[in-house]
Formats: sequence, C-alpha cells, structure tokens
Amino acid sequence: MMRPVVLSGQVRIGGQVLFPPIRLTLRAGTWTALLGPSGVGKSTVLRLIAGLPIGGQFEGRIDNRPPVALMAQDPGLLPWLTVRQNAALGARLRGEAADTARLDAILGRTGLTDHAAKYPAALSGGQRQRVALARTLMEDRALVLLDEPFSALDARMRLAMQDLAADLLRGRSVLMVTHDPAEAARLSDQIHLLTESGLSDARAPDSPAPRPPGDPAVLACQGALLSRLIAGAGA
Amino acid sequence: MSARRIVTPLILAAGGLLLWQGLIVATGLPPFLLPGPGAVAAALWSNQALLAQAALRTCAEIAAGFGLGAAGGAVLAVLMAGYAPCARALRPVLLISQVIPIFALAPILTLWLGFGMAPKIVVTALICFFPVAAAFFDGLTRTTPACRDLARTMGANGWREMWHIRIPMALPMLGSGLRLAAVYAPVGAVIGEWVGGSDGLGAVMIHANGRMRTDLSFATIAVVTLIALAFHAQISALTRRLFARFE
Repeated sequence: MMRPVVLSGQVRIGGQVLFPPIRLTLRAGTWTALLGPSGVGKSTVLRLIAGLPIGGQFEGRIDNRPPVALMAQDPGLLPWLTVRQNAALGARLRGEAADTARLDAILGRTGLTDHAAKYPAALSGGQRQRVALARTLMEDRALVLLDEPFSALDARMRLAMQDLAADLLRGRSVLMVTHDPAEAARLSDQIHLLTESGLSDARAPDSPAPRPPGDPAVLACQGALLSRLIAGAGA
Repeated sequence: MSARRIVTPLILAAGGLLLWQGLIVATGLPPFLLPGPGAVAAALWSNQALLAQAALRTCAEIAAGFGLGAAGGAVLAVLMAGYAPCARALRPVLLISQVIPIFALAPILTLWLGFGMAPKIVVTALICFFPVAAAFFDGLTRTTPACRDLARTMGANGWREMWHIRIPMALPMLGSGLRLAAVYAPVGAVIGEWVGGSDGLGAVMIHANGRMRTDLSFATIAVVTLIALAFHAQISALTRRLFARFE
C-alpha cells in the first residue's frame, strides 16, 4: 500500500513565484483531481511528483514519492512501433521482456485486441489515448499521474475515455490534473483547486465514480467549482 | 507520370542547346573558348573509354567518401546528443572543420596520403561529414517532450532512451542530412582529383584544360553532373524508403 504522498512548498520561475506555498496530500487508493486554470502550475506540481524536470526552482519537499506511471494529453506513441509494442514500451526501455499474458489481458480490457498489429498513424485520437492508457496500466505503478489526458478529445469520446479510465484505474492511487470542472466532478474522490492565490479543497460528490454527467450532485459540484475558479481569477 | 513532366524538360534542354549554338554562331567565339554542343558530343563519344574509366574511379571515391563521412557524422551526432560535455568540446571542432577551405586542405592531404584514392576519399568524407552531423544532431535534440517524460518515468537509462526513442525519431532528419551530403560528395571527389594524381574525372578535366581541349572539359563536366544527379537520386530514394515509417 502506498504511503500518503505529501508535497509542500512553492515554485519560482525566473524569480517570480508561480504559486504560493501549498501542501498537497495524495492518499492511497484515492482519485485526486488538481483543478485549475491554465498557466497556474498544475502540471508543474505533477512533474514534481513524477520527478521530472521543471522550468524553475522548487523550494520545499516531497515525502514518500512513489514510482509513477504517466499519461498526458500527448499520448506520446512512437510511430514506428505497433499498438502492442507501444503498450509494452516500458519493458523495452528497461531492457526487460514484456509480460505477454498481462499485455494481452490489458489490450483486451482497453478494446485494442483487434488493433494490436496496427501502427499509431492508422488509429483515431480516442484509440491513441486507449493505447496510452494500456501502456500506463502495463507499468503497474503505485501512483498514476494523468495530465489532462482527455482534453484534446471531442465531448463524446472524452466521456467514453473517462468511463474507461475510471473503470480500469479503480482502486488505484491517481492524481489527475485538469482544467475541466465537469471532469473533476465526474471522476474524483478528492478535489483540490489550484489558483493564483494557492491551493484549496473542494467537496467531491459522494457517489462512486464514474458519475453520470447529468447527475444533480455532479452538476452542483461542477457549478460550485466553476464559481470558485472564476472567483480565484479575480483574487 | 504525366507526359508534361517528360516533355517540358526536353523542350527546355533543346532550347538551351539551341541558344548555346546560336551564341557561338552570333559571336564567332573559337572552339577552344566555347565549343558547340556538337563538338562536346563528339568529345564524349571519342573519349568514351577514358571517361568511363575515370568515372568509375570517381564514383568509387564518391561512394567511399560519402559512406565514411556519413558514418562519422552520424556517430558524432549521437555522441554529442547523448553526452553534453562531448557536445561542448566538439561543437567548435565541427565548425572549424567546416570553415577551413577544403581547397587548402586537399594539397596537404595529398602530401600525407599520396596520389592514390585515399586523399580524395578523405576530402569527400570531410565535405559529407558536416551536413550529416548537423542535421542528425538537430533531430536528436528535438525529441518530443512527451516521449522524453515517458522514458524518464519508465526508468529508461540515457542510452536505452537514445536507442529506442531519440535515434529512431531523428532518422528522418538524418535522411535530410544524407540527401544534402549526396549533393556535395561529387564536388569533394573532383576537388581531390584536381589537386593530385592522374586518375578520375577531376584529373581528366585539369589535363583537358591544360591542353586547351575545352570540348573534353565540357564533356567531363557533363559526366560529373550526371553522376552527381544520379547519386543524389539514389540516396534520396533510399533514405525516403528506409525512413518513411519513422516520420
């Protein structure tokens, strides 16, 4: 079981404070959304937890940083590898043999069995994100980081991908960075708002995710988040 | 291919030849200054054996020099992209190797390596080396950020990331470097042959010039041009076919 990941501190970029001191806790088995407008440093928080370079100085500490699997808006598929090879990229990059039984199972659960031998150029945007999800599941890490993974998809495909991701990542520890209040309200157990004035908590609906987009509790949560985002911009 | 794509260049070529002949008739230039197209064709025909033998030698130098320069350039690009101190140390060397005039270097190389094929191959390699190294290095440093992030979170070490992601992703750029180098390679071989030795198309050109055989000079230039065009076409077709799936 993953111990709670705690990030506390602030980030400066070229002397400017990107966001004031924050304290973010990620609990095991919890889907946490980090919601905020563009340019406020959400992805920087995610990159810090992933151990990736950021374009600035981090002043603070991260406790219990676990191994992570990353899924971003750019699916990052390699055009010269098939769907199957892309999904097993982690093993290839570590010089290990891929677990083929698990690979087959994961391709099945992401609906990619019939596309396994295709190259990314032959796939739709939604299918590419399914390959990225399959690759993320193959990594089987303690913490899954989602960096606006569905924001480039159209509304219908986005809903379908949210459902699939919620289903396949159930029970895992997830940090999802998003600028979409609806997405946060549908999928998360914990919601944190990051704005220019800092980090604040918001209440997520109580029902299990993925919640129907028209659910009154989801709509109410979405509305409340939107108002707070607007208020945050004014602050 | 449409008929237009064949007919248009033919008409242009015929027009060019006509203009050339017309210039001679109009100005009355003597053949040792400007031979007519007929005289050049005759020189091509009567010196077939000489030109064919020289062309074979020049082609061998082009191929060997291109191979050597391209391989060296590619290896250097990978080292520079994979190891930052290497890039810092080698960037000025790379630049200096290019600003040194090859013409000045060719006689020294002949002095060191003799009158055989070796100095010609080295001159060709020196000329091919830079476009390949520069283009491939550029490609290697422009790996998609999403892929670099993935490689890091997946725990790839630097050289595995290089081999599985950065090199394949940069192959189209390597292809454009190779196509550029293919244009320069024949120039390198001919410069090498001008400076030393008695074999190859460059040497034939120098001898023809010295004996006022301007028709043979023109014929040799025509052969070099044809070889250069054919070599570039081959390298273009090869790189596009090999690297298409990495685009």
